[in-house]
Amino acid sequence: MFFLNVLTSGLLAGLMYAMVAIGFVLIYKASGVFNFAQGTMVLFAALTFVVLNEHGLRFWAAFPVTVVVMIIGAFLIERLVLRPLVNRSPNTLFVATLGLSFVIEGLAQTLFGSDVHQLELGIDDSPLDLYGLQITQFDISASAIAIVMVAVLAVLFSKTRMGISLRAVADDTLAAQSVGIRLPHIWRIVWSVSGFVALVAGLLWGARQGVQFSLSLVVLKAMPVLIIGGFSSIPRAIVGGLMIGATENLADIYIGPFVNGSVSNWFAYILAVAFLLIRPSGLFGEAPIARV
Amino acid sequence: MTSVASTFAARSAPIQPSHIALAGVLVVAAALPFFGNDYWLNSLITPTIVMGLAGLGLNLLTGYAGLVSLGSAAFMSIGAFSAYNLLLRTPYLPLPLALICAGLIAAAFGVLFGLPSLRIKGFYLSASTLGAQFFFEWLFTNFHWFSNNSLTLTISAPRLEIFGYNLDIPPGRYALAVVTTCLLYWLAHNIIDSRIGRDWMAIRDMDTAAAVAGIPVGRRKLLAYGVSSFFCGVAGALWAFCYLGTTDAHAFDLDKSFQVLFIVIIGGSASLVGNFLGAAFIVLTPIVLDLAVLGAGLEAAIDHGTVTNALRVIFGVIIILLLVKEPDGLASLIGRLPRLFWTTRLRRRTP
Repeated sequence: MFFLNVLTSGLLAGLMYAMVAIGFVLIYKASGVFNFAQGTMVLFAALTFVVLNEHGLRFWAAFPVTVVVMIIGAFLIERLVLRPLVNRSPNTLFVATLGLSFVIEGLAQTLFGSDVHQLELGIDDSPLDLYGLQITQFDISASAIAIVMVAVLAVLFSKTRMGISLRAVADDTLAAQSVGIRLPHIWRIVWSVSGFVALVAGLLWGARQGVQFSLSLVVLKAMPVLIIGGFSSIPRAIVGGLMIGATENLADIYIGPFVNGSVSNWFAYILAVAFLLIRPSGLFGEAPIARV
Repeated sequence: MTSVASTFAARSAPIQPSHIALAGVLVVAAALPFFGNDYWLNSLITPTIVMGLAGLGLNLLTGYAGLVSLGSAAFMSIGAFSAYNLLLRTPYLPLPLALICAGLIAAAFGVLFGLPSLRIKGFYLSASTLGAQFFFEWLFTNFHWFSNNSLTLTISAPRLEIFGYNLDIPPGRYALAVVTTCLLYWLAHNIIDSRIGRDWMAIRDMDTAAAVAGIPVGRRKLLAYGVSSFFCGVAGALWAFCYLGTTDAHAFDLDKSFQVLFIVIIGGSASLVGNFLGAAFIVLTPIVLDLAVLGAGLEAAIDHGTVTNALRVIFGVIIILLLVKEPDGLASLIGRLPRLFWTTRLRRRTP
């Protein structure tokens, strides 16, 4: 039973990692950018929401306002960072998002201060006992929210005109452009959606551990999730997240005591690398064909 | 990008402008301890040189061989902790040999964490080096043997002497950093010019084509990880002993790795000189921004936290601006300077 409890709490943490990883996947698919600033976007969104909330705005007012803020941010990023850097090497774009993460992080803390904010979403966080399995109502709600969000995104991407053009861009950027899909428009949408995902992830994480600077470090947990799941699919990111969350938690409990303490900082990475050595193209990936 | 034609041209001519520039830099470097004061040497020049060396290491890997690493600081820390333990536990080993051995240990781990490059490409590779980053910071913090069971988990140079000369004075530490960096720069230059360097560039430009042309791609990739980590390891030892003096594993955190990456991208990918320009930028910008805040008299008006955060924003903006305005890094800017000067003079003559 203890094992099962460790496993469940790991899976729940993994779901949270996956939420952050989804934001990565969206941006990577549409623009080939490995967006390191996703973590600071989570922080920024959560901070904006909390500060609005503390100034008396109810949830249903603060939420849309924050979404609008994130959309404005997405438009600015597209105009000021992505457009001038179009067609540059992935390394350059990655470093640009590192610079961007400095800017967002600095802005967030200049505007909202660096205190820890408590976030109360009004969901009960006391553990329930399901046949010996310790699980809280908050965990269940968080998973439900994550599942609903993924379902909505999936419908959006497979059924709407916008989603289909986005997939076209991901598939073949040049071909998509030549049939008249406007790339900057797609970028704006994608960065807005991942801003929205960042907000949801930030609220769920923030309600658990307080809205504070360390929220932006969750980006580092999303990396191995992406490595295992692959950069290009949302469902795979979720499976990757669950795997990482579960094994990380199990390793911390069962291996940790033998090696002087917590191993969760690096275990996920080593796991991801071991995984890659066995299956280089990822969990579900197909082997690429090399051509000269 | 260094074109093959230009490197060949550089070989055929006996004396090049770059050689004169190099001699000039060496003269200035040798003269600096006599003119600059200790503050200058210790907090501006030495960190620039050492970070430039670390950047050089990463640039060999990223700029020339086209492989990714987000764990440069991990290999720096391996170098630092190895050098410390070698100097401490093998008293008969002279300092230069200890540095070389520390570099070789870092190189061995570089090859180990470079193994995934045989099977995977692109950004997926960063996971392995990022894993190294977290693993070694954890290792050196949690296993106290590495810091000789010191209570503060710190290491400091046990003995910094060469042939009986004590180097543990500011000019001595500076000299150690400069001489080591010059030697390694020369080594890097020759590696780039050799068959290995050409192979790296071929792999960077298209590895499938390189494999078809008979280049042992896997071996060369591992070699790139090894050589890069060797440079980073030596730079780490110098960073710990010549610049910081006393340090712990957290001096080599993820931020340091990112700084090294900034140096490579801002200084110029596949450029040797660029690393030192990038390092100067990384070291000097925070200092200049701090001085600007002091100079504007804003110190009293706003609290320290706000200043730090504002500086973060400015630093981020400068990085993005540099990426946009200088696609080939600061190295290309320096290359263009004489021409810029020339064209403005021409323009002035014509009415």
